[in-house]
Amino acid sequence: MTINHTVSVLVSNEVGVLSRIVDLFSGRGYNIESLTVAPTLDSIYSRVTIVTPADEDVIEQICKQLNRLIPVIKVANLSIGEAIEYEIGLIKVYVSDENRAEFLNIVSQANATIMDVNEKVYTVKIDGDEKKVQTFAELIRPFGIKEFVRSGKVAITKGNQFSNFKKQREESLKAVL
Amino acid sequence: MNKVMYSGAEILLKSLLKEGVEEVFGYPGGVVLPLYDALYMQNDIKHYLVRHEQAAVHAAEGYARVSGKVGVAIVTSGPGACNTITGLANAYYDGTPLILITGQVNSKLIGGDAFQEADIVGITRSCCKHNYLVKDVKDLARVVKEAFYIASTGKKGPVVIDIPVDVFNGKYTFDYPKNVELVGYNPTYKGHHLQIQKALNVLFEAKRPVIISGGGVVASDAHRELKELAVKLHIPVVHTLMGAGTYPDNLETSLGMMGMHGNYCANLTVSNADVIFAIGTRFSDRITGCLKKFARDAQVIHIDIDPCSISKNVKATIPIVGDVKNILQTMLHELSKSRHKIDTELKDKWFKDIFEWKNKVAIPQKTSEKLSALTVLNAIYDYTKKDEPIVTTEVGQHQMWTAQNFKFNQPRKFITSGGLGTMGFGFPAAMGACVAKKSKYIINIAGDGSIQMNIQELMSCVDYKFKVINCIINNGYLGMVRQWQEKIYNKHYSQTKISSPDFVKLAESYGALGIRVEKEEEIIPALKRAIEFEGPSMIDFVCENFEMVYPWVLAGEPIDKVLLSREEC
Repeated sequence: MTINHTVSVLVSNEVGVLSRIVDLFSGRGYNIESLTVAPTLDSIYSRVTIVTPADEDVIEQICKQLNRLIPVIKVANLSIGEAIEYEIGLIKVYVSDENRAEFLNIVSQANATIMDVNEKVYTVKIDGDEKKVQTFAELIRPFGIKEFVRSGKVAITKGNQFSNFKKQREESLKAVL
Repeated sequence: MNKVMYSGAEILLKSLLKEGVEEVFGYPGGVVLPLYDALYMQNDIKHYLVRHEQAAVHAAEGYARVSGKVGVAIVTSGPGACNTITGLANAYYDGTPLILITGQVNSKLIGGDAFQEADIVGITRSCCKHNYLVKDVKDLARVVKEAFYIASTGKKGPVVIDIPVDVFNGKYTFDYPKNVELVGYNPTYKGHHLQIQKALNVLFEAKRPVIISGGGVVASDAHRELKELAVKLHIPVVHTLMGAGTYPDNLETSLGMMGMHGNYCANLTVSNADVIFAIGTRFSDRITGCLKKFARDAQVIHIDIDPCSISKNVKATIPIVGDVKNILQTMLHELSKSRHKIDTELKDKWFKDIFEWKNKVAIPQKTSEKLSALTVLNAIYDYTKKDEPIVTTEVGQHQMWTAQNFKFNQPRKFITSGGLGTMGFGFPAAMGACVAKKSKYIINIAGDGSIQMNIQELMSCVDYKFKVINCIINNGYLGMVRQWQEKIYNKHYSQTKISSPDFVKLAESYGALGIRVEKEEEIIPALKRAIEFEGPSMIDFVCENFEMVYPWVLAGEPIDKVLLSREEC
């Protein structure tokens, strides 16, 4: 069954590492739904979070293929255990005077933040998991969305699970066994 | 104390020496001038000049596959580097350890569309194991060390080092690193103990087991262990194209090659097996045929050093990631401790079936008065087998006929392009094999189409007096494609009739020996002359145009649906 998997990849922060990952996906016919890259606390490493639709066999190959890249240090499929997933949507909406009360009501109900107001154009920020961002966007769509900018996903495991290096190696071994 | 400073070019050569490199193949050009100057000033590394960069990489691959060492090729930037892509992709597919050094324009000009600039790191990303652009001479020695380590460990493969001209000219001390620090690269060598135990238990209980031996057995030099294990467990062995020579063909339990053009017996044995023990093979589509119908009822034990190869095409019941030699040694050790008795009676029944299948072979084809390719190849094999020469091939019908009819009792004797299927591979690979100096002469079995893809290397062979005997199976067609057209495309021979120059005159114009053979009785005298000739030769065997390769499993069919002659539908 094809579902969206969130794959967290720790890489050496070196020139070309992102192209290696992206080339792997395009070269082998995998899809990237969203992509986030930023250095970790230790700036010699970067964290790449990829959301990719795949079935069980394909996600296994994706993780193995990613592991095969030399600058890739560890790969964790966060969709296997429980993980906290987060993304941000920035939305520019045209709100007429008569709609303003209703609009502000939705914004406060959804815990969204108004970042900027300019005449009748509001820029709001919504953050949370994919579903929350999507639902909010759908709710305010009737007002007239001028622009919708969405970040990729960042994710982290819940509780005291760490996707540390050694454990990841053991897990990839288990996945193979 | 002042340390001695060296140029980047000198550092590169010193690093290559540290890695035990004695021979390189290459072609000079603008930005590699400093390197070629450094080569000129020394005598430790011998450089072989080719006539096309693609051939340099194929030659390095031939050298690596025959010698077991890492092959090295040097080319210039832009067009020189771009010409190597086919060679790289070929080596990547077949897991051959190579280092390709490409020159690059001055690092300050990169990205500015300089003369002969190409983004070779970008271009080669998907056809090599790893690549580097060295921007600082300080990094050079470390990068070479890492590159050799990556190329020759895990699943072996080509590594590209792109070096700008100013890095060749830059100055730094030479201090070759002793260790490699690559956090993200830790190939697994030792097999998982529990998995090995499980595998042995399954093999003990198997009623109809078979071993598929692949190129991984060659790469990890595990043919002795394979033989010992197969004999001890009383299991028949089939091999893939890349696994030729891993199990002695003269043993009764060797069933020969399996796959699209494999033996009837080998294919039937795999199809009817209850346990398939796959060692160092990727299960390519040329082996499995229709994937859905492959090994439906069999348990699959799969050893491979590359986790990606496992359960990629064929789902493994017992996967074992690791080095073939290491794992087979552990299995043998466990076996020696085990008190399990092999039920030979059970196995004898299985072997009875197998030996029956062995009788079913391709039915000889009626040919015209022209020579049959099979007659030629069998004569070449019979005449030369006492010398155990290294045999290279190009790609096509002649390649399959050679794989089917030449018997190899040792690995590294049959060098062919497996995964990528590169026409034009065999001749330059034979040059590399000559440099490795493992046999008196090298035979390159070629087709009239393939030989024309790297024919310029005749000149390099003449220069270095390489004893490459090119046996051209000249049937006037791109035979393998024509064969498909005959069977599947209603004999529409679209663009497959191919003309050739007069190979005898051509050879002579290069200073090589050229012989034409049109009759059976001319075959041996021609070979004799070629073997005696101190240099390359071309024997133009004028063959029947429409001979077909059988056995043949049509693409997409299950592998037990073996066609043995043209008459079968």
